[in-house]
Amino acid sequence: MSQTYAVVAVTVVVLATVLIGGFGLRISRTTSDFYVASRTVGPRLNAAAISGEYLSAASFLGIAGLVLVHGPDMLWYPVGYTAGYLVLLLFVAAPLRRSGAYTLPDFAEGRLESQAVRRLVSVFVIGAGWLYLVPQLQGAGLTLAILTGAPDWLGPAVVATVVVLAVAAGGMRSITFVQAFQYWLKLTALLVPALFLVLAWQDDGRPSVPAGFPAGVPALSIANSLGRADHPLYATYGLIVATFLGTMGLPHVVVRFYTSPDGRSARRTTVVVLALIGGFYLLPPVYGALGRLYASELSLTGDADATVLLLPDRMIGGVGGDLLGALVAGGAFAAFLSTASGLTMAVAGVLTQESRGVRHFRLATLLAMAIPLAGALLTTGVPVADAVGMAFAVSASSFCPLLVLGIWWRRLTPPGAVAGLLLGGGSALIAVSVTMSGAVPPGWPHTLLAWPAVWSVPVGFLAMVLVSLATPARIPPGTHAAMTRFHLPEALR
Amino acid sequence: MSGEAAAALIVLGPLLLAGGFVLGRRTRPTRTSDVGTPVERATFETLHTASLAAPPLRAGLTEESARKAARRLRTLLGTDALCLTDGEKVLAWDGTGDHHSGQLMDQVAGLLDTGRDKAFPTACDDLDCPLRWAVAVPLTVDHRVLGSLVAYAPRESAVLARAAGEVARWVSVQLELAELDRSRTQLIEAEIKALRAQISPHFIFNSLAAIASFVRTDPERARELLLEFADFTRYSFRRRGDFTTLADELHSIDQYLALVRARFGARLTVTLQVAPEVLPVALPFLCLQPLVENAVKHGLEGAVTRSRITISALDAGAEAEVVIEDDGTGMDPERLRSILRGEGGDSSGIGLLNVDERLRQVYGDAYGLVIDTGAGAGMKVTVRIPKYRAGVHGS
Repeated sequence: MSQTYAVVAVTVVVLATVLIGGFGLRISRTTSDFYVASRTVGPRLNAAAISGEYLSAASFLGIAGLVLVHGPDMLWYPVGYTAGYLVLLLFVAAPLRRSGAYTLPDFAEGRLESQAVRRLVSVFVIGAGWLYLVPQLQGAGLTLAILTGAPDWLGPAVVATVVVLAVAAGGMRSITFVQAFQYWLKLTALLVPALFLVLAWQDDGRPSVPAGFPAGVPALSIANSLGRADHPLYATYGLIVATFLGTMGLPHVVVRFYTSPDGRSARRTTVVVLALIGGFYLLPPVYGALGRLYASELSLTGDADATVLLLPDRMIGGVGGDLLGALVAGGAFAAFLSTASGLTMAVAGVLTQESRGVRHFRLATLLAMAIPLAGALLTTGVPVADAVGMAFAVSASSFCPLLVLGIWWRRLTPPGAVAGLLLGGGSALIAVSVTMSGAVPPGWPHTLLAWPAVWSVPVGFLAMVLVSLATPARIPPGTHAAMTRFHLPEALR
Repeated sequence: MSGEAAAALIVLGPLLLAGGFVLGRRTRPTRTSDVGTPVERATFETLHTASLAAPPLRAGLTEESARKAARRLRTLLGTDALCLTDGEKVLAWDGTGDHHSGQLMDQVAGLLDTGRDKAFPTACDDLDCPLRWAVAVPLTVDHRVLGSLVAYAPRESAVLARAAGEVARWVSVQLELAELDRSRTQLIEAEIKALRAQISPHFIFNSLAAIASFVRTDPERARELLLEFADFTRYSFRRRGDFTTLADELHSIDQYLALVRARFGARLTVTLQVAPEVLPVALPFLCLQPLVENAVKHGLEGAVTRSRITISALDAGAEAEVVIEDDGTGMDPERLRSILRGEGGDSSGIGLLNVDERLRQVYGDAYGLVIDTGAGAGMKVTVRIPKYRAGVHGS
């Protein structure tokens, strides 16, 4: 594959991101523009921005890789990533917006009137954010290594530097437009090559995709190390619970809902997000299936995540293949940049709010990026989509009980919330950390720890409910007012 | 593998951070034995306990504040039981023997009327009850008796009576401070109301005059301006809620500027830059409009023929940053300082001072106005607004 095209594509994406971020403000000089400039973000623009931020390296590269290695079972990933928004729409979107909270710690403080819960939630937000950032950076390393033969550390370093410079230098003055642009870029970067690939497949006489494992998969491929092959059904349930319930707590997703002017538009935004994301997720499985036909050896080398990047070259070749490959590479980099910058801003926001030492947003940005960067450089071997799944599991076991019970249950108390967060979220966090450290023997222990959501989510809910019921005296005095604000449409107040 | 172990460390990072944070907060500077004589140490202990009891009392005399304070006060007095009452009921009982609380209000009734200390035997039927004697001291604010502090002991004790009297006086001072806080808040609320009422006289007169000048030459424009005027006044005289959203505030500023332009025409150029993310931010009602009014006034003051005003609202992490800049006459920094200290006395700074105080009141002292100016150098006012603050909801 020609390196030049790919490097040019990546550079163009980076430049476009920085330029739109810096100049995407609405500026008016005449009276009539004034109204336009001060109009709030509509559901469609905001939905594109949310989707742009949400579709990460796991979606862009990871799903195709998993389908290539494990076959159609892995379609639960895109289903889960999308269905999470359905749960968000039904239970959380509008009340969360009406609560006026900018971050999850804000929500916890507003609902439970407790600084202790606020601090604990902040710790989890930062933890989940870091956990989510690591695979983004690793994906960038993989992409750059495959495209240009650069060393593994270069990709993470490039993404980290661009994000820190853009965010810390105040370059991301209007993140909404950047993220909306990134969504359409990612969609184009997968859709256009996919059309050509399908045409090439038809020219090839439409060979059928093998349903089972591709020949010669070694007994210990990477994904096996995560215990999926031991107990595939349990692993699938773990994935379903984590992704369905984890989306609502992702720090960069929550922050974006603040941009909606009211609860109603937050709900409409979520509906549009469902459509945009649902459309996007039709594409990665196509790559996965074609990858089984034309690049099946990738499952042997452990580079399955690169399927999307390599297919255009494999199937089409020549200048056309190079151009399509460059387009895909640009899309992949857009995926790293958008998710990484969204997460970095969310984590940095929480860091500045919480710690008195980190007063400045720029310093916080550096800190928010430095730790996952170190993590990305030190860990290897966990597939991108699986690592993201772990962040979802932590989010599902800590923030989901907090949000759902906080919004729908009047008897939640601060001690209950603390217990649920510590037992549910804490156990998930520890399980995931232990898995990543690789110190667990294979078999059931490994499977249980690698897919903790099945047990840790019920633990979180139970602890929250039981401890709350045991401490009825601690129900915050403002519960009634908070509930009214969450559930009454703005027009009726 | 060392790499993977390091990874585990990184993932555990948040937990470690949290642990360190908690530890850091828990561990106070150690009071080691080399600090002073026993007497001095006792004094430090006492002062420390007293300082712990102060914050709850600063919220006034309520059941919650009394509950929190009673615990500390009992440690301070070293009694078996301590009770705080207001004029009508027992607010908090700390220590043993709370079966006494039933008859307590009758026992202190006289004290609440006269405001004089009272010592009395508890006359308890329970022979095992250690509380045999009590001293009740009034809590007074401005010579009014708000409630009482009652300390119980196994036997009569002149020391306890004296100590209880001193503690009650100290509590009274805290309650007086609480009263002071409350009246300061009321004053600021009154100022906000006053500012709402103040907005208009000159402005209404000038606007109407400007509109009148269009009635014959351009009736359509006059009609539009009247509608803007109606909208603007409706917003400014709104009664409900102390907070609004940045979008609404900018909308009102737009109407205000339309009316100003009717008067000054091409002499005034206004540029607006908005990051749409910050439009839903909640902020105190009418806290930007006075700043724009100020910029207009400075911009068009004196010999300046043309003026340019820039208003920008940018996204800065967990905060929104609003900057209002004009290229007008500016102001001598010393004069501005004295205005912001409340010593100015001239009308042009009242708006600035009021906005500054309200922002500090709502968000804390870190969020006051930041003003860059010099004589003849224009003025740049920066306002930072947190995106979320408990109790601040735009409606």
